[in-house]
Amino acid sequence: MTEFYLSKQDVEDLVIGAAILGTGGGGDPYIGKLMVLQELEKGRKIRVVGVDDVDDEAFVVPVAAMGTPVVLIEKIPSGKEALYSLKLLENYFKRKVDFISPIEAGGINSTIPLVIAAERSLPVIDADGMGRAFPELQMVTYHVYGIKASPMAISDERGNAAILDTVDNFWAEKIARVITVKFGGSAWIAIYPTFGKPYKEAAIRGSISLAIEIGRALRESKAHGENPIDALLDVTHGFMLFKGKIVDIQRFNIGGFARGEATIEGLDEHKGSKLVIRFQNENLVAIRDGEIMASVPDLITVLDSESGKPITTERLRYGLRVIVIGIPCNEKWRTPKGLETVGPKYFGYDIDYVPIEVRMRKGDQL
Amino acid sequence: MTKYKIGIDVGSTHTDAVILDENNIIHAEKTMTTPDVTTGIINALRVVLERSGINVDDVATVMFGTTHILNAIVQRRGLGKVGVIRVGLPATEAIEPMLDWPSDLRSTVNGGIAMIRGGHDYTGEPLADFDENSVKNALRTFVENKVNAIAVTSVWSVVNPEHELRIRELANELVPGLPVVLSHEISSIGLLERENATILNAATINVMINAVNALRTALINMGLGHAKMYFAQNDGTTASADYITKFPIFTVIAPVSNSIRGAYVLTGIKNAIVADTGGTTTNIGALVNGYPREALEVEIGGVRTNIRAPDIIAIGLAGGSIVEVRDGDVKVGPVSVGYRLIYEGIAWGGDTITATDIALAKDAMKIDDPKCNPELARSKIPSWLVERAYAKMVEMLEDALDRIKLRPEPETVILVGGGSAMWPKTLRGAREVIRPGHAQYANAIGAATALVGAVVEKAYSYEQVSRDKAIQDASEEARKRAIEAGADPSTIEVAEIEEIAMPYLPGNAVKIRIKAVGKLKL
Repeated sequence: MTEFYLSKQDVEDLVIGAAILGTGGGGDPYIGKLMVLQELEKGRKIRVVGVDDVDDEAFVVPVAAMGTPVVLIEKIPSGKEALYSLKLLENYFKRKVDFISPIEAGGINSTIPLVIAAERSLPVIDADGMGRAFPELQMVTYHVYGIKASPMAISDERGNAAILDTVDNFWAEKIARVITVKFGGSAWIAIYPTFGKPYKEAAIRGSISLAIEIGRALRESKAHGENPIDALLDVTHGFMLFKGKIVDIQRFNIGGFARGEATIEGLDEHKGSKLVIRFQNENLVAIRDGEIMASVPDLITVLDSESGKPITTERLRYGLRVIVIGIPCNEKWRTPKGLETVGPKYFGYDIDYVPIEVRMRKGDQL
Repeated sequence: MTKYKIGIDVGSTHTDAVILDENNIIHAEKTMTTPDVTTGIINALRVVLERSGINVDDVATVMFGTTHILNAIVQRRGLGKVGVIRVGLPATEAIEPMLDWPSDLRSTVNGGIAMIRGGHDYTGEPLADFDENSVKNALRTFVENKVNAIAVTSVWSVVNPEHELRIRELANELVPGLPVVLSHEISSIGLLERENATILNAATINVMINAVNALRTALINMGLGHAKMYFAQNDGTTASADYITKFPIFTVIAPVSNSIRGAYVLTGIKNAIVADTGGTTTNIGALVNGYPREALEVEIGGVRTNIRAPDIIAIGLAGGSIVEVRDGDVKVGPVSVGYRLIYEGIAWGGDTITATDIALAKDAMKIDDPKCNPELARSKIPSWLVERAYAKMVEMLEDALDRIKLRPEPETVILVGGGSAMWPKTLRGAREVIRPGHAQYANAIGAATALVGAVVEKAYSYEQVSRDKAIQDASEEARKRAIEAGADPSTIEVAEIEEIAMPYLPGNAVKIRIKAVGKLKL
């Protein structure tokens, strides 16, 4: 199935999946979910197409929200902000957009492109540029594969909009961040405009359907009285890293990022062990008894062991019973440029990246 | 002359009433809760007055911890139609008010929706020009729709409430007498959750007015017309009847707080974990500086809100929980025989093994009821099951106690509620386990002894206002609210100051939360 229309149930499943792929960050997908549901309630349709359905010459534009989660929950979007950005880029390129794409598979940005696709009756591509959530604009596979972030457009709900033409993708992040503050803490972008051919090479395929599949697997396994964690690991090809209770949380606010460290004491089969998770918005590194178990760009997600629901980093607290899982990231992140962009060293950890499945195999032999 | 206080607490099975003087519990009674709540309260009042034999002239106050509002929302009964105004266009249009409410509740409450241009940014600067004409048009439509109240929510009104305040002025001119609820007086950041709470508050004003009127009539009939009425609030404080008819949502889960406050009153311990064991559930909360620790989000009747409410873990384990052996595993709860314990429990000659029977057989508790025969429990339940079930119950409680903690250090645990006698004297993670006298009446005692309080939450940018000035401003507003709620101005003090930095927002943005409490103005 390369093409399908989103149902309300798909949307419910998708946001659960997106929260899991959000690895503790990416913002609360609740607002995004309601935005999509409102579009469906108006009778609009959202058509999701596969990457191979995109012509080489088609004009593809990813859209996203950026800014502070606390602003997004108070100043609810108009839903038109990203349309202004899209329009501005169309005027700039003198060409209509053919396909909308997500840049992120986790959190609120998993749903924003769906809203825009509905409003403009444009197909949305079942793909993204992260396969998870990351905090900065250049942290996408589009960047890794040489696509330029700019010309990019940035708008607010009033209709203020700007086109940025920057010397590189890091400057796009820096300047857009400043404008976002002036807009009131949230902004809406159309970014990494490109054509089908380079897009197909750079994009992470199947992100929307994967998020839906994750949500569905969790829902159905619970309904059938089966273990939701097993179902989750099955769908994501993930690994169960640890089961335990959070015994310590430390937080430091550095450079506008919410950094911190959670210590989890093992329960059941992990009794006697300790797992430390370091996070900066998203979970970045998991260390068990001094040994690294997983690191970015692989996904580390903390779930409530009772409900199976993912827990965002700001909600981690003492006493929670949790299950920590690790999911292999997309192969595109495992290239030298990919690791330079989002590897542990970029986040300030002096460790070498080893794919999670390799670490797990080593663990088995011990 | 003695001045008595009466406290009444409505639980899911029992309605409790206590009479206190300045320092002592004079009399306490348990009666059955009735579906309409009011009848049960009146019964409890009558019984406690008769059996205590006090002179009604000596009663100064009657304090109610009631479930009228929660029941009205959950059962969709007696709710008013609400005209909903949201100020924030061109923002906020992507999600309409009440979009994800249960549809039956939405159709009951929805008296029309108006989306208005205006609102602010987090800096307090206007988001867009305020569209007063559209407000006037909306008010006219609401009158045609015969709404019972108006709910107003403006973007970032917790930073700058001017547009909400202006709408109240306009409504008072154009539709005098119609209640207008402003979101910045209800809760904090999170537009949809605050708007939901504001709409629910508006929808329940009539429910509260009717309850207050019915209770006032009952008091007059019992010769208590002179007594002042107060209602327990979600945060463990209390407020006058006049105030609470404006803010009924503040009572929605008050009985849960009452038991935590009651635990403090009975022990004098300000910081502890409190477990309130009833017939069906055990509610576990934390006592911090004499008040319940609060949670950030509460779902009421299927609606997401951000009203401040006690942070509670509820487990389906209490006096009436059914004990079963399934696939070789011992299960306790969550199904309970509830008030039928005294018919169906083994010790009462019934044939359902309950948690109470296990505790009796284990000789962990005694029950002062001639119809209860612990020997039946001891002889009919095999001892291996008693041991395993009791160990399981204790483990479930200990796990829940641990989950409410924020630190690993052992803490004081206070056990209250009608079912609390079944617990052992030591618990894992507890420095000490205290079950005070009158533990079974902790909630009614909590209701009777609460101080009048009000909470204000506002956001400031420390680049625009100095920290001292911001705290002073919020404290002043909290003080005003406490006086409005019925506190004696000379006794008001700030009980809590909380500053919450808002991450990623430049300009040193913080949220300040002030709780002011004072004694009842008599």
